[in-house]
Amino acid sequence: MNALSPSTTKSFSGTIRMAAVAFAVTIVLAGASLLPEANPLHVSAFVVSLAGKYLAYAILALSVDLVWGFAGILTLGHAAFFALGGYAMGMYLMREIGTRGVYGNPNLPDFMIFLSWKSLPWYWWGSDHFAWAMLLVLIVPGILAGVFGWLAFRSRVSGVYLSIITQALTYALMLAFFQNGLGFGGNNGLTDFKDILGADLHSPLTRAVLLVVTGAVLAGCLLLSRWLVSGRFGYLLVAVRDAENRTRFLGYRPEQAKLLIWVFSAMVAGIGGALYVTQVGIINPSEFAPANSIESVIWVAVGGRGTLSGSVLGAVLVNCGKTLFTAWLPEFWLYGLGLLFLVTTLFLPQGLMGLRHHLVKKQPEEVTPEVSNPEGEGA
Amino acid sequence: MCRFSQFLWAGVVCLLLAFSGVRGAAADEFSGLESGQFNTIADTVSAMVASGNPQAGAVIDALEKRHLVYSPAGGVFIRAGTTYVDARTGQSVQNIPADLKPVRMNNHVRQVLASATAELELLSPEDAVRLKAATQMYAQHNPAMLPVIHHALEREKNSHVRLKLEQANAATMLAQPVQPGQEATRLAAVKTLGSAGDLEARGLLAVVAASDHETPEVRKAAAKTVSSIDLKQRVWSVLQNAFYGLSYGSVLLLAATGLAITFGVMGVINMAHGELMMIGAYTTWLVQQGIRATVPWLEPVSLLVAIPVAFCVCGLLGILIERGLIRFLYGRPLETLLATWGLSLILQQAIRSIFGPTNIAVITPAWLSGSWMLGSVDITLNRLAIFVFAFLVLGALMLVMRKTSLGLEMRAVTQNRRMAALMGIRTPRVDALAFGLGAGLAGLAGVAVSQIDNVSPNLGQSYIIDSFMVVVFGGVGNLWGTLAAAMTLGMGGKILEPTIGAVSAKIAILVLVILYIQRHPRGMFPVRGRGVES
Repeated sequence: MNALSPSTTKSFSGTIRMAAVAFAVTIVLAGASLLPEANPLHVSAFVVSLAGKYLAYAILALSVDLVWGFAGILTLGHAAFFALGGYAMGMYLMREIGTRGVYGNPNLPDFMIFLSWKSLPWYWWGSDHFAWAMLLVLIVPGILAGVFGWLAFRSRVSGVYLSIITQALTYALMLAFFQNGLGFGGNNGLTDFKDILGADLHSPLTRAVLLVVTGAVLAGCLLLSRWLVSGRFGYLLVAVRDAENRTRFLGYRPEQAKLLIWVFSAMVAGIGGALYVTQVGIINPSEFAPANSIESVIWVAVGGRGTLSGSVLGAVLVNCGKTLFTAWLPEFWLYGLGLLFLVTTLFLPQGLMGLRHHLVKKQPEEVTPEVSNPEGEGA
Repeated sequence: MCRFSQFLWAGVVCLLLAFSGVRGAAADEFSGLESGQFNTIADTVSAMVASGNPQAGAVIDALEKRHLVYSPAGGVFIRAGTTYVDARTGQSVQNIPADLKPVRMNNHVRQVLASATAELELLSPEDAVRLKAATQMYAQHNPAMLPVIHHALEREKNSHVRLKLEQANAATMLAQPVQPGQEATRLAAVKTLGSAGDLEARGLLAVVAASDHETPEVRKAAAKTVSSIDLKQRVWSVLQNAFYGLSYGSVLLLAATGLAITFGVMGVINMAHGELMMIGAYTTWLVQQGIRATVPWLEPVSLLVAIPVAFCVCGLLGILIERGLIRFLYGRPLETLLATWGLSLILQQAIRSIFGPTNIAVITPAWLSGSWMLGSVDITLNRLAIFVFAFLVLGALMLVMRKTSLGLEMRAVTQNRRMAALMGIRTPRVDALAFGLGAGLAGLAGVAVSQIDNVSPNLGQSYIIDSFMVVVFGGVGNLWGTLAAAMTLGMGGKILEPTIGAVSAKIAILVLVILYIQRHPRGMFPVRGRGVES
């Protein structure tokens, strides 16, 4: 039962360590960015927003790991929840612009005036209140995941089928959000934000605070997720992952366990998206692209699925690699990413965390992947 | 005395002027061309055609090409290169006046010229020319042309041209202001236009139906005909979209059969399938370029040569992928999905590095260009060919699956891998060949797609999600299911398109399939057998 070990109480300390590291890094970076520019320890605004972006992606990776690593649901559409959270935050930021837009209309965002809308669509209601917007960040992905998951798990859609329809879901959302008529800025999405809760989004202090908030949220999500997947619920999830039918025959309700973790994970992804938008300053339909979802799966695979901390590590490392690669050898990034997929699936089935496990513990026996196909599922 | 002589002189001048005018008009129908007045020129052109002067055709032709010149002193000439021909006689002239000017044109003259040409054409000995002229008359429905149309109708023998002329007559008739006692003729005209049934007729009839000058009977008939034309147009447009849907469905079918085979036999969703299609399309291009460079006389059939080449290239590549990658991931379908996705990124980038990121121009051979009208449905030949090709491929594949030992083994492995292995089937070999076959089919899909879509490194991405939906919707490992799903998705999307728009149609189809999968998790035609998870 090697696969169980990282997911149980044993790695609680590991999760706390990762949460602490993530938070500490944000504090240090934020502090350094506030130093005067002449100071050799000064960190530029670019690095701060880059770090914020990585950590937002880490939250997305964490949410993917929750469903893939623990419940065995390979989601190819999780970026949809990330982007929905992002749009909910984007709506609030858009309303914060107020009369400072090009057209100076206090109620309508510029793109709506441009498309000659007369009033805000109903779903924009209340988006000027921060608390309501934060609620939307949670409930919009949550409701979508709830409906989708309830339908899918109840009728026992699983394995590759589920992966493909999650991909179709995010693809359909991408097509929908590209349309101007939907009221989310179409092609261009939401952008040109000015401030958040009255604080200038471009000032170093706001950026530093946002980075620290992202670090804190990431640490919180990590600990909350660890708590959720530990103990009885965690064992149930892993049992569902490894032998769904046997679990069902033992009297459990696998679909309920799956639905719970699926909705929770979607909400975590939504939070990640909201934090992403504040630091990147734009949200557009390309965030829904199926390729983004699949990339987030590789972050988890590289870090080590079913380890939580590994997904954070994977997201940060792969994105660092992407930033460096696209700066140095832009045309080789796709080769690099493709190879990463191949190498990870072929040689590192448990990712970097598994590798570390392997090296540190000097285990004599091979690290085996989980019993993947006991019932011939999906084969 | 003095005053009297003034009057006298004026009278003489008047008489002279009047005489000269009469003399000019009576003497020669060409002299109007020498006047420099637009209206006179236009009238002259009409008169010339009506008179049936043998020189009329040449003069009108020259005027259209701006080769007609005149001398203010008198004389109209047609310029032919550097020499001149007298417009009146058709004889070449030696003594050319020095002050030649081109005969002037304005929009009025051009209009008259166009109808004059049409009139000349209506009397042409060639059927095609007459049909074209009649069509033009129909479109213009200029009341001034009625006598011409009647004249032509009297002589017309060809039934096609006659029908068109009758429609032109009806249209022109209805375009005229209403005169009393015409009700019967107008009703007949409405009926004739109804049989034409196109948008032109609809427009005219709508005007008639709304007109206050028409009798109620005519108005009613016109309104009824308008609604019947509308219905007919809707039916045609549905049929046209159904044809587009069929052709898109055929592409999906080609793309999805390969995917269905690998998934059915091995449980592998090959995310690089789209890239194999792309490689098939690039192979088509390479074959075309190669043939052009070496054996140009084979160029018209280069597409046919590309079909087996693309199949072999992609098939071999598929076997290579299976042996080099997939077999190490056996039993882990979700990881295979990730690995093939990685592979697809590498293949995409490789093609981008070799051929550049932009579209390449795959040539559509002449025998595949053009289209064919079936009623009002425009059947483009390349799409028709893809439709036929997809069914040939499907038929061949069914033969392979039913009549060959490889097919038997593949079906056995699909139904129950373990049992098949126990019976002595070498499942690794079947896996490799099945993957090769699936990849080869992707290559064939690539050849087909190269004829209707842009060929670029992104080609695979635009088909992969739709192909997945087809496989999942149809039910894995069942070719009939794949066929039904491809056609349903292709047609469904295109038929929804006119009412809700292209993007919404696509979204609607995706959502419908997602919902369908909830009800039928194994698709329309689930595989049944002991090995299949219940």
